[in-house]
Amino acid sequence: MDICVCIKRYPSLGSAIMLTDDGMAIDTDKLGFTLSPHEECAVEAAVQLKEEHGGTVTLISMGPEGVEEQIREQFAIGADRAIWIRSDSTDIDPQAAAKAIGDAIEADETAFDLILLGSESADNANAQTGVRLAHRLGRPVATAIKGMTIADGVATCERAVGTMREVYRVRLPAVVTVKDGLNIPRYPSVPGRIKARKKPIDEVTGDLDAPSIQLMGLTAPIRESKGAQDLGAGDEAADALVDVMKQIGVLS
Amino acid sequence: MILVYADHDRGELDPLALQVVSAARGLDADVHALIVGPNAEKCVDDLASAGVRTVHHGTNAAIDDYTPRANANAVITVMDRLEPRAVLAAGTPRGSEVLAHVASIKDLPLVTECSEIALTGSGTAEVTRARWGGNLLERSEVSADVLLATVQAHAFAVSEDAGDAQVEAFEVPVTDADLEVSIVERTGAAETGVGLAEAKVVISGGRGMDGPEAFGMLEELADILGGAVGCSRVVTAAGWRPHAEQVGQTGTKVAPDLYIAFGISGATQHIAGCKSAKTLIAVNTDGQAPIMTHADYAVVDNLHTLLPVLIEKARAAQGA
Ligand SMILES: Cc1cc2nc3c(=O)[nH]c(=O)nc-3n(C[C@H](O)[C@H](O)[C@H](O)COP(=O)(O)OP(=O)(O)OC[C@H]3O[C@@H](n4cnc5c(N)ncnc54)[C@H](O)[C@@H]3O)c2cc1C
Ligand SMILES: Nc1ncnc2c1ncn2[C@@H]1O[C@H](COP(=O)(O)O)[C@@H](O)[C@H]1O
Repeated sequence: MDICVCIKRYPSLGSAIMLTDDGMAIDTDKLGFTLSPHEECAVEAAVQLKEEHGGTVTLISMGPEGVEEQIREQFAIGADRAIWIRSDSTDIDPQAAAKAIGDAIEADETAFDLILLGSESADNANAQTGVRLAHRLGRPVATAIKGMTIADGVATCERAVGTMREVYRVRLPAVVTVKDGLNIPRYPSVPGRIKARKKPIDEVTGDLDAPSIQLMGLTAPIRESKGAQDLGAGDEAADALVDVMKQIGVLS
Repeated sequence: MILVYADHDRGELDPLALQVVSAARGLDADVHALIVGPNAEKCVDDLASAGVRTVHHGTNAAIDDYTPRANANAVITVMDRLEPRAVLAAGTPRGSEVLAHVASIKDLPLVTECSEIALTGSGTAEVTRARWGGNLLERSEVSADVLLATVQAHAFAVSEDAGDAQVEAFEVPVTDADLEVSIVERTGAAETGVGLAEAKVVISGGRGMDGPEAFGMLEELADILGGAVGCSRVVTAAGWRPHAEQVGQTGTKVAPDLYIAFGISGATQHIAGCKSAKTLIAVNTDGQAPIMTHADYAVVDNLHTLLPVLIEKARAAQGA
């Protein structure tokens, strides 16, 4: 089974978000980069399926110089190769991004049986790239999936809704967008990291349509410290906590 | 005219649909709603009480449960006939999914998680939407003849406007391909942590718990307070607790009266899930941890020595 996983590079936000002076982007000068848990789970699922059914795992990432770092991390847990769609930024209009990713998938030699994405990107939460890609490629799609098994060319997908799970069956080739909690992503091993250095990344240039959503500005709501009241430590703190619990009515 | 896609599960209206109606009424007094499938007629009265005067009910003998692409076809049928200025839905998995199908088929932009929407001209709109789990707000201009948008939960209060709604039934056009993906079965959740989103008290643990064992103490405390146990992603990624208990941007969003964070540093992605708590208490050995800026009360101490004492005192207070 040949699987393709779409991964996006995000700044690792710490405890506060700093914006650039023009307020149009996050100031990433002092930040590292990472993936989203949704996409980490997607890669882990792909690697598990490869282990179970055989086949290959291809990563696709669209973004500027630097995305190689996240690609190599995922090579280390078992992905085989990657397609890097070069673009100026990762902040791409979702319509244009889905089209460029679709173009790259169509142009690739591999006819992927399964394409996995995150249910929503960590930064933009557009929640649409997977569905757009499915239409672009003429394939069925299931979204926001937290459980998946594949047998006889059919993906059985579960979506968590409140206390229940909805089950969808999707015939391959298909697109599935997944959520954190689908599995527990493994950590890369040392041999995995060594192999990762040699795995191939094919670079392609994306053809980007003009965006129909124009960013006007970002604001990070100023979080004024609530000025936490210090309740001390030890027995004294435990007594104070019980008083607070009584005061707000959660302990009678 | 504004069209609201109102989702329901076997006849039970998604309560967020009424918030979407309220968002729509802020744009235009003429709000229509669309419901699809069998049993959907049960939703008509609720929609009417929120100010909807026309409800379009799409059915087809082949649709017996939620079918994303058929629902998208229903939206498109009404869109093509009545040319609404905007189509809105709740920012739920289903609402986003149905509008994403509509957007793909009609090649239109879709803006998600909007907390403010303004129609600024013919074919333009301005929205404010949440990024990074609500830690960042984006203002954007959208160019489209029909604005497709999902509405952030709890950004709009339900407004009442009693009256009747007229129901217009229509047949949803479907092909076999449209029916391919639909709910085939429902199962009970195979995970614990159910009720976290509604819990009045959430007792959460992070990396500072040092392993799964100490969570027994959080369960005890949660039991005494009638609450639920939560955790950070470090905890679920290590397999100490099930993902259903994870609070945050990629976990559950909670809004309890009391949230206690034991050994959690307060990364933005964790705060995204608990910032609506009425009272937040942080227990952390590090008095400078970022969680402290979100806390109403702070205890700078080792959670492992504090918890046994706290449990004993809370139990005694409850018994008294
Ligand atoms: C896109 C994205 C989405 C994410 N989504 C989520 C999400 O939904 N939920 C989530 O939680 N995280 C999420 N994360 C991860 C997040 O960035 C942090 O890594 C995570 O929240 C940190 O967990 P923590 O606070 O338990 O651990 P740490 O950051 O390691 O903090 C541990 C804290 O425990 C304290 N401590 C240690 N020992 C003790 C002790 N004995 N007594 C008291 N205190 C002690 C330390 O001082 C420290 O403050 C996401 C990350 C990304 C990139
Ligand atoms: N620039 C990108 N490169 C690779 N994958 C992407 C990119 N943008 C979005 N995706 C994928 O699409 C998913 C949903 O993104 P979105 O529709 O923006 O919420 C993400 O979780 C990724 O899997």
